[in-house]
Amino acid sequence: MDYILKILPQLVEGAGVTLQVFLITIVLSMPLGLALALGRISHWRPLSTAVNGYIWLMRGTPLMLQMLFIYFALPFVPVIGIRLPDFPAAILAFVLNYAAYFAEIFRAGIQSIDRGQYEGAKVLGMNYSQTMRRIVLPQMIRRILPPVSNETITLVKDTSLIYVLAMNDLLRAARGIVQRDFTTSPFVVAAAFYLIMTLLLTWGFQYLEKRQAVCDE
Amino acid sequence: MNDKMIKAHALHKRFGQHEVLKSVSLEMGKGEVIAVIGPSGSGKSTFLRCLNHLETIDAGRIEIEGEVLADTDAAGHCRYAPDPELRRICRRMGMVFQHFNLFPHMTVLQNIIEAPITVKGMRREEVIPKAEALLAKVGLSAKRDAYPGRLSGGQKQRVAIARALAMEPDIMLFDEPTSALDPELTGEVLRTMRELAEEHMTMLVVTHEMGFAREVANRVIFMDQGQIVEERPAAEFFASPAHPRARAFLDNML
Ligand SMILES: Nc1ncnc2c1ncn2[C@@H]1O[C@H](COP(=O)(O)OP(=O)(O)O)[C@@H](O)[C@H]1O
Ligand SMILES: [Mg+2]
Repeated sequence: MDYILKILPQLVEGAGVTLQVFLITIVLSMPLGLALALGRISHWRPLSTAVNGYIWLMRGTPLMLQMLFIYFALPFVPVIGIRLPDFPAAILAFVLNYAAYFAEIFRAGIQSIDRGQYEGAKVLGMNYSQTMRRIVLPQMIRRILPPVSNETITLVKDTSLIYVLAMNDLLRAARGIVQRDFTTSPFVVAAAFYLIMTLLLTWGFQYLEKRQAVCDE
Repeated sequence: MNDKMIKAHALHKRFGQHEVLKSVSLEMGKGEVIAVIGPSGSGKSTFLRCLNHLETIDAGRIEIEGEVLADTDAAGHCRYAPDPELRRICRRMGMVFQHFNLFPHMTVLQNIIEAPITVKGMRREEVIPKAEALLAKVGLSAKRDAYPGRLSGGQKQRVAIARALAMEPDIMLFDEPTSALDPELTGEVLRTMRELAEEHMTMLVVTHEMGFAREVANRVIFMDQGQIVEERPAAEFFASPAHPRARAFLDNML
C-alpha cells in the first residue's frame, strides 16, 4: 500500500496527460464530426463525395499509422509539410480520426429523423438552420447517445496509443515505474485509473439517456 | 378580383415518368371551405403539397393572396419566387398532416410557441398567452406540459391544429387529418375544424369524411387520376354527383 502511494503522483501525472488528450479530442472532434456529417448528407455532390472519401480514409487506416504519419512524415510533405511537436501531433491525429467516426454516428442519427419532422418545420416557416438546430439535432442527440457513449469509452483507451510518440501518458508512466522497480503493480494501478474513467463516462451517459427519456411514450 | 386567397392555374407535376397532376386549376375565395375528395392515388396530397411548396410544380402558376409563388414562362420554365419571399408567402398557409408531425422532444406548449419565437421573433411572454388561448380553444389546456408521446391521436391532431394557428395563417390546408385516427377519435378533430370554419377560416381539406364534407364544405372538388373531374357546391355534389366516377366513388363510401 505504501508503495502504491509512493508511485501514485507519477501515475496521476500520467493520467493528467491522458485526460487532456481525451478532453481536447472530444471537444474538437464532435463539432468537426457534426460538420462532416452535414457535409456528407449535403445535396452538393462535390462536398458529399469529398467528405465520404475523407471518412473512408480515416476509418480505413489505423489510428496509430495516422499518428505516426502526422508526426514523422508530415514534415516532409511538400507545401503543407510542417513539423509539429508531439502533443499537437497526437491531438491532430486523434481529432481527425475521431471526427470521422462521430460523423458517421451523427449522419445515421440525422437520417433516422422522419421526413415529417422536416415538413412540419417547413410549413411553420422554419429555414434549414432553424430546422436543424431546433428540431433535427435535439432529436438526433437522443438517438445517438448509446453509440457516442461507446465511441467515447473507446477513446479513453485509445489515448494510450500516444505511447508511440514517447509522451508521458498514464500507460507510459506505469511502464516507466515497472521497468525501474521490477514490479507489475503499477500496471494494475493504471488499469484501475482507466476503469474509473470509463465508469464515470458510463454513468454520465446513463444519466443523459435517462434525462432524454422523459419525452418518450 | 383580389380577394382570391388561392389561385392555382394549370398545375402540372410528375414524379419521374408518372404524371401525378395533369393541369389542375382551382380558385378559392376568402372564408371558403373546400373539400377535396377522390380515390387514393388520385393526386390530392400532391396538389395540396404543391400549393405550399412541399413539392415543386413542373408547370403552372400559383398565386397566394395576389402574390405570385410560382409561374411558368412562355418557354415552359417554371420559376418560384426568390427565397425570403417564397418563405413569407408560404407562411400564410398553415398545414395539418395525416400523421401530425408534432415535435416529440417538445411539450405541447413548446410545440405551439416554437415557430412564433424562432420564425417570427416574437417574445415568449407575448406568445405564451396566445398559445394558452389556442390550447383552450382546442380543449387541451390540461395537456399544456405533456409530451406528444403521451397524447391520443385525436389530441395530437388538435395540438397540430393549434400549432399551425399560432402562426396566424390566412389559409389552412388539411391533408386527411382524421385518417390516422381511431374512428371514435375523429369526432373531436372534426369538431375543432368545424369551429374553425365557423370563424371563416379559409380551408382546403382533403378528407374521406363525407359527412364533414357535406355539412361544412361550401364546395367539393373530386379528383381522379391527377385531374379535377368535378367541382361543385357541396349540397349539389352530394345530391347528385354528375361524373360517373364521382358517383361510383360516393356509392362506395356510403
Ligand atoms: N414523392 C413521391 N415520389 C414518387 N411518387 C409519388 C410521390 N408522392 C406521391 N407519388 C405518387 O403520386 C400519386 C398521387 O399521390 P398522392 O398525391 O399522395 O395521392 P392521394 O393523396 O390522392 O392519395 C400516387 O400514384 C403516388 O404513388
Ligand atoms: Mg394523400
